[in-house]
Amino acid sequence: MEIITDGFSWLTDPANWSGSNGVPIRVWEHLQLSLIALTIATVIAVPLGLAIGHTGRGRFISVQVANIGRSVPSLAILGLVFLIAVERVPALAFGSLPTIVALAALGIPVILINTYVGIDQVDRETVEAARGMGMSGMQVLRRLEVPLATPLIMTGLRLAAVQIVATAGLAALIAGGGLGRYVIDGFYQRENDRMVAGAILIAAISVLTDLVFTLLARLAAPRLTSGSKGSGKIPA
Amino acid sequence: MISLEHVEKRYSGTAAPAVGDLTLEIGEGETVALVGPSGCGKTTTLKMINRLIEPTGGRILLDSTNVLDQDPVLLRRGIGYVIQHTGLLPHRTIRQNISTVPRLVAWNDERIAARIAELIEIFDLDAELLDRYPAELSGGQRQRVGVARALAADPPVMLMDEPFAAVDPIVRGRLQDQFLDIQARLRKTIVFVTHDVDEAIKLSDRMAILNVGGVLEQFAPPETVLREPENDFVREFVGAERGLKRLALIKVGDIEVDDGPVVSPSASADEARRVIDEAGFGWVSVVDEGELLGWVDRHELEGCATAGEPTPRPFSAYVTARDSLRQALDSVVTSRTAAAVVVSEGQHYRGILTLERISKEIVA
Amino acid sequence: MGMLSLVVAQFEGEPIVRWQWIVDHLDDVWSRGLQHVVLTGSSVTIGLAIAFPLAVLASRHRWTIPPVTWAIGILYTIPSFAFIFLLLPITGLSQTTVGIPLVAYSILILFRNTLAGLDSVEADVREAAIGMGLSRRQVLWRVEVPLAVPVIIAGVRIAIVSAIGLVTIAALIGRGGFGQFILLGLDTFFPTPLLLGVVLSVALAILADLLLLGLQRLVTPWSTPGGTRTVAT
Repeated sequence: MEIITDGFSWLTDPANWSGSNGVPIRVWEHLQLSLIALTIATVIAVPLGLAIGHTGRGRFISVQVANIGRSVPSLAILGLVFLIAVERVPALAFGSLPTIVALAALGIPVILINTYVGIDQVDRETVEAARGMGMSGMQVLRRLEVPLATPLIMTGLRLAAVQIVATAGLAALIAGGGLGRYVIDGFYQRENDRMVAGAILIAAISVLTDLVFTLLARLAAPRLTSGSKGSGKIPA
Repeated sequence: MISLEHVEKRYSGTAAPAVGDLTLEIGEGETVALVGPSGCGKTTTLKMINRLIEPTGGRILLDSTNVLDQDPVLLRRGIGYVIQHTGLLPHRTIRQNISTVPRLVAWNDERIAARIAELIEIFDLDAELLDRYPAELSGGQRQRVGVARALAADPPVMLMDEPFAAVDPIVRGRLQDQFLDIQARLRKTIVFVTHDVDEAIKLSDRMAILNVGGVLEQFAPPETVLREPENDFVREFVGAERGLKRLALIKVGDIEVDDGPVVSPSASADEARRVIDEAGFGWVSVVDEGELLGWVDRHELEGCATAGEPTPRPFSAYVTARDSLRQALDSVVTSRTAAAVVVSEGQHYRGILTLERISKEIVA
Repeated sequence: MGMLSLVVAQFEGEPIVRWQWIVDHLDDVWSRGLQHVVLTGSSVTIGLAIAFPLAVLASRHRWTIPPVTWAIGILYTIPSFAFIFLLLPITGLSQTTVGIPLVAYSILILFRNTLAGLDSVEADVREAAIGMGLSRRQVLWRVEVPLAVPVIIAGVRIAIVSAIGLVTIAALIGRGGFGQFILLGLDTFFPTPLLLGVVLSVALAILADLLLLGLQRLVTPWSTPGGTRTVAT
């Protein structure tokens, strides 16, 4: 346990809080990578999930693809993206770009599936009633399906965000920045206190991300009086 | 067979008991319905008999042993239990479901196989259903399997909680008829809960009408409940149309039917016209040596020599001795002939029932 | 920039796959594969051995659910990358350093799914079973557990697939199974092992997923097909 205390004393040493390798810079890099990746993932996955859920078109194939995507190891995604980058755009192969693409790819499946399921589980009778009142497809989506799907969509975003933040440390493997630098460099240079400090920071930032998105989900959730239907069914 | 003595069920934290002080005596081979509005404790009462709910006071004697002195698990193996949604085990085949209790009480394979063969015959189930899973059966089939399963180990007592409520009215009617047939043969002691007064009237030997808090308002055969409701609560609960409901209890075979206007096909047209005028219905039944051929009216007889010359028209509906007066009444008001024709097997003419004749039974 | 052009130059002359390298390293492929499967399998097995009794206990004594979920949940929020390096100074470059996070994650997934499976048994099925005279133990083993099997296997699927992914990260401490090839490729700018590691680890994850899906169908002949839907929450 001594090593954990070493990690904390590294963190409290003012020398480690300044310069281009200081904690504020590394935290900022880490968050920047994560935020850009999450934004890209959201911009791709949410509209796609909405479209699939609303129209019901292509749902089997996209859910299968997303499920498979979810099972691809994160290191494999990073390696693959890096390889493609080196082959196609060598000038951008080192640094943030491959990491951002890999992190975004990591976030897409969970957001897509949760968005799709969120729309799909909206009571079909409620949708029919809305159509019966003369709402257009877009109106049904905006006024009914999206609000009712919001809790699940927010869950998807939260899971994706935590996963992205937790994995962003791998960026250091391909010469990227972020908190992974402390861990990887500490590991290779046998500076255990730096390595542990990096791990503590990554864990802390993941937990914070989880908290922030839990709060956001509360704020975004529409007020529904009774709980949603219990899942009495047995998933096959 | 089953006696409830001052049975009480209180839940902690509530002032009023779910069942206050209920005493009820159920005889061997009797079918008793527990009916009443929601909150009357009918289901609670039922479940206290097999101790799915533990009474907080009183005694429940089954075959003169207090059920509270028995191991609840062993007790339940000796009592058939049927619930609304059947509760069939979804991961077991129909055969495995039916043999659940026989296996628990350690019957051997041959005995179980023989019993299953017997049960599918009694319940008119297809043997090929036995190796299917519950999800592959229709609602009506599942319900029959549920009852068959409850009877598998041949328990003398059966408890049923809204047994036919989950199926559609047509299937329900059929299941009820089958239930009556089976019960006439097996003579089990049956206690069942229903919210449907008509079902209680149709199926039970006696009905226990409970008020909120398990207060017994009347415990009597359906006929008595309908004719002499004990108080305003019962009167209101059994509802309007008490007279009509009583008709459902009386069989056509139980009362005397009118002869009605009849001629033989060889009778002269004049004779037929005379019979028509006398009876005042405007038509006459043509009966050949006891067999009902149909009916003719004055208009059709015109220019004919005998009553049999115009082809007799068939009646749109018949009733038999086994039908209830309620069905006969329905036949009267929906037919063009203003009477229900009663036949026995082989279209054998028995007579007719008119509105006037049936209404006599309502006021009786 | 100097280093960059050097590396790019190194890549440029390099074919995407050198088949001979793979043929030369078939022994490695085998041993890394074994490592990957053994690490994953043993962690999930240990996880199930801990989670199952916990879930049975929790389904009987509901008050234990919040504290148990909370305790396992804390472990789950630590990212695997950080978890491994926090343990490294304590447990060294050993199997344990990878095993502890893997087991911890499996426990949470399997605890939740087992509990959800036991809870998914419909109330009237349970009531009918008790009403027929099954004892508590019989209700658990003959009704609740068999009916929970599909949901438990669904949990095992998730646990195994995520464990396969996590093992690759353990490449950093030399315990990464197929992930070792990916790391080698990244470290030495050598596409062949990089691609090999990617293909093998993805194939392993998908294969495991499909096998477990098949198993799930096989052991639940009573359920009608097409009912599966896993939502992450």
